Amino acid sequence: MNIVEASGLGKRYGSTWALRDCSLAIPAGHVAALVGPNGAGKTTLLNLTVGLTAPSAGSVAVLGGLPAGSPAGLDGIAFVAQDMPLYKNLSAADMLHLTRNLNRRFDQPYAQARLAELGIPLSRRAGKLSGGQQAQLALTLALARRPRLLVLDEPVAMLDPVARHDFMASVLTAMADDGVSVVLSSHVLAELERVADYLILLSQGRVQLAGEVDDLLASHRVLTGPAAEAGRYAGQPVVHARRGEAQAHLLVRATPDDPVPPGWEAHPVGLEELTLAYLREPGAAALPGPARSGALPSETGQPREVTR
Amino acid sequence: MTALTLPARPEQDASLRPVPWRRMAWVIWRQHRIALGGAAALLGALAAYLWLTGSSAHHAYAAATGCHPASSAACGILVSYFLSTYNSASQDIAALLQAVPALIGAFVGAPVLARELETGTFRYAWTQGFGRTRWTVAKLVPLAIAVAAAAGVFSLLFSWYYQPFFAERMQAPQIPLAPVVFDLRGVAFAAWTLAAFAIGALAGMLIRRVVPAIAATLVVYTGLALAAGIYLRQHYLAPLVIKNLVNPPVSAWILSQQWYTKGGQPVSQSALGQALQQGAPSLAGKGGVPQAPDVTQYLIQHGYVLLTTYQPGSRFWPFQWIEGGWLLALSVLLIAATVWLVRRRAA
Repeated sequence: MNIVEASGLGKRYGSTWALRDCSLAIPAGHVAALVGPNGAGKTTLLNLTVGLTAPSAGSVAVLGGLPAGSPAGLDGIAFVAQDMPLYKNLSAADMLHLTRNLNRRFDQPYAQARLAELGIPLSRRAGKLSGGQQAQLALTLALARRPRLLVLDEPVAMLDPVARHDFMASVLTAMADDGVSVVLSSHVLAELERVADYLILLSQGRVQLAGEVDDLLASHRVLTGPAAEAGRYAGQPVVHARRGEAQAHLLVRATPDDPVPPGWEAHPVGLEELTLAYLREPGAAALPGPARSGALPSETGQPREVTR
Repeated sequence: MTALTLPARPEQDASLRPVPWRRMAWVIWRQHRIALGGAAALLGALAAYLWLTGSSAHHAYAAATGCHPASSAACGILVSYFLSTYNSASQDIAALLQAVPALIGAFVGAPVLARELETGTFRYAWTQGFGRTRWTVAKLVPLAIAVAAAAGVFSLLFSWYYQPFFAERMQAPQIPLAPVVFDLRGVAFAAWTLAAFAIGALAGMLIRRVVPAIAATLVVYTGLALAAGIYLRQHYLAPLVIKNLVNPPVSAWILSQQWYTKGGQPVSQSALGQALQQGAPSLAGKGGVPQAPDVTQYLIQHGYVLLTTYQPGSRFWPFQWIEGGWLLALSVLLIAATVWLVRRRAA
């Protein structure tokens, strides 16, 4: 089952396309990370997924074929928006009560126990909680709805490293215990490496890279060799080239079985390195994800050489 | 980290029953109790004032009307005591009450959506299982009914308070259809409060910020109320046009009085003044034309024709239902537009 499935999805604000020709299928059971520079369309894609925004083109389905924003779609998805919007003048207990009243399911004992464990006083106003506590309260409200999909928009951007770590650990625990699928956007790459097992890279409103992290890492490698010979591989599927005085580092799309050119060394690539390489090459695209509803052109852009 | 585990999720219902409407009652109360409490306190304080001054005014009025014989000097003193003590205060409070619907619209209606949009909490509210369209309807409709009902009850009290000032035996009784008091009585006050709330809700949705939405609500409401009072209300029913009416009924809302020559030419005030100077100088100084009945009589006898256009006081209830009707229709339209905007708004 695909927890999110978009085909030809686009969103235009005025004359600007915030998201364009977006086709992807995120299978259930993953922590899917949505990565991209500011303005790449991450929030737009998430808003479309939770039904806050209506698409200008194409369509998006959730939870195995439900229209985004439909009653059943809203029922099964919990969304924590950017900056954790909470009613600042309501107490934590009131926020629980509010959320319980607005949903068909709400696990009040779970929510109370979770807040107690986190040391968040029920009587305190949401606006008086620390940033980390507000994030945890928003996450608790979302998890107590017992969603099938948890959507988090930049959940850790405002948090200090400890709160960031705790928040992500909470997400992973919920994922492990309840089988909640998670889609989250972030530009904190280091954090993603630890939690995400599915990656979607957006750039300038288009999907640049999508797939399971293990597959993506297995299908790329770094070749290190003499700088003078780097040009010879221009025809190869080179994503990103970094040339030093003597040595060049090329991130190429290749399986581990592909032959290594003589005089060159092959290294496996890390998620952060891979992501950075693609972010630096907005023209490059690799979309090896699982079964998609529509066929997509999978192209390799011209690498741009960066001289060090 | 947390060792809590989530209980197994129940089976997904094939047919999804929506979250019951009644659950919004607590939500509305919890989120809008300060605004509702403020509106209740404002109306309550005004009601207490009306009750106190109204009781003593009714007392003084009963003493004046119960006095016999009515033409005696002692009775005249009671009447003038009543008028001098309460008449100007009653007009002041009527003017003050004109602001109440605007304030309710601005401070209860405008923030409902503007605050959610300004603080970003609409991203929370509109992604809950309740659904954004139902959420909007479930907020706006009960709040609109609540403020309109409170205003309706309040205007009953005001009608009681103002009763003596319409009595025909007063020297200058209030005119039921005239601006300032017409829209505080009957169904009009509730209807104006409802319309102000609906204007506020739509302004909040369009402007998305609380303070500008409040300001816009006050401006739009004031403009609408002025336009209705000055231009619109007099056309609800075709006014009566009566020829040579010397003593119009005291409850009549006189829209215009115009003198004509026998030939049908309009006559200006200065021409009439000259005619009086020449023919009957004793009448010329009597406070202008055509206030004094003997001036009117004299001019009619000398071939001038007076056309009086007015709305009779007996049309009070038809006018109330017309005004209440179009304001209700307008409010329903504005609230429907607000819900439609919520439905289609992109985040």
